[in-house]
Amino acid sequence: MLRRRVVACLDVRDGRVVKGTRFIDLVDEGDPVALAARYAAEGADEIVYLDIAASPEGRATLLEVVRETASQVFVPLTVGGGVRSPEDMRATLRAGADKVAVNTAAVQRPQLLTECARQFGRQCVVLAIDAGRTGQDRWEVYVNGGRQPTGIDLVSWARAGTEHGAGEILLTSMDRDGTQEGFDVEQLRAVSGAVEVPIIASGGAGRADHFVEAVVEGGADAVLAASVFHRRQLEIGAVKAAMAAAGVPVREVA
Amino acid sequence: MTALAIIDHGAGNLVSIGQALERAGADVRVADRPADLAGVSGVVLPGVGSTGTTMERLTSAGFAGPLAELDVPLFGICVGLQLFFDTAEEDGSRCLGLIEGSVERLQDTPRLPHIGWNDLEILRPDPLLVGLKERPTFYFVHSYAPVPSDPDVVVAVAEYGMPFPAMVRTGRRVGVQFHPERSGRNGALLLANFVAECGEAADAA
Repeated sequence: MLRRRVVACLDVRDGRVVKGTRFIDLVDEGDPVALAARYAAEGADEIVYLDIAASPEGRATLLEVVRETASQVFVPLTVGGGVRSPEDMRATLRAGADKVAVNTAAVQRPQLLTECARQFGRQCVVLAIDAGRTGQDRWEVYVNGGRQPTGIDLVSWARAGTEHGAGEILLTSMDRDGTQEGFDVEQLRAVSGAVEVPIIASGGAGRADHFVEAVVEGGADAVLAASVFHRRQLEIGAVKAAMAAAGVPVREVA
Repeated sequence: MTALAIIDHGAGNLVSIGQALERAGADVRVADRPADLAGVSGVVLPGVGSTGTTMERLTSAGFAGPLAELDVPLFGICVGLQLFFDTAEEDGSRCLGLIEGSVERLQDTPRLPHIGWNDLEILRPDPLLVGLKERPTFYFVHSYAPVPSDPDVVVAVAEYGMPFPAMVRTGRRVGVQFHPERSGRNGALLLANFVAECGEAADAA
């Protein structure tokens, strides 16, 4: 039986893990390779690196971190941030990523998803979407690291993105990100009900039962968190135990 | 030391596979042309992406013939395994034709692609599975799976919607639909078992 994944996310800038409320008040949280290794040992089912600098120099540094991680950490690795072309994607996969997340560039040119899927298979093309609520059951897509609203409707974009070739959606609730008040279950339900691909829930994790809600009520296939893990506020093992106790299938922590 | 080659067809992640094999004591080289296969005791055919694109790259690099004639163990991973078969439904492409059968889209799945950790139901013992616990979990990321003409070649199945072949063997050709290089300790053990199989095959030759 397929297990629901607990995913540890590391925002990386200039070779270091940083975390604020995603884009402001950044605090240095450590060495990405060491943190990724720790999470893998603690039972993380997948690691996500998001390059939040995404400058040309930062990009080279990030690929070096990916290479180092791939040679030491043997769980799946998804890498995003600043991917604008199939060539960027190829370089990221070659460095050792299993999946590559695209965000702003896909909104600007959805054909990018098709090109990447054709070359590398849709199973490794992750569409990352940052969305903020605009009304009852309505959310708007933001780009450029959550700084720029687009006026595009979340559910329509999720559908269009998967039609263009995305094989998975990493959905971040901008309203919940950094709040530790729980995932946006309504938002998750809206997207998981609209597309066929797996959904990674992101933004708002604070307690173990939030992870359970995201899966059971939101229909998420994977649940992602960052700072609650970095600060040891929550242990991955405890999250998985809570999920298992609620009847959600998880991979045993080795 | 057991010399192994990993075939490089330009898209995949060779870093993790190479590291895992080296940790198991292999001397690993990356092969981007058939001449690189000379003298090795085993070959790994990794894969990410579409069967059609990968097959085109293999063919244009001249690997199709040499892989069919290989007399050392050949280990296919994910799309690498899919290429063992005759045809791929995805784009109608011809594959290597090493094992009779086709590659088809998974049916009746909750979601697709099938992404995540799933467990194996082992149907018969295999040298690559030695030392693994019952129903070991591995990491999968795919939408297609092989459908062999002869069901007896299936070593293990996984279930997603319905059971599908997750490990297949005919003699020295063996392949898995999951990613051992991303499957923690279980995967490391399986790759180490492949290194051991190659070493024993070389000693017996």
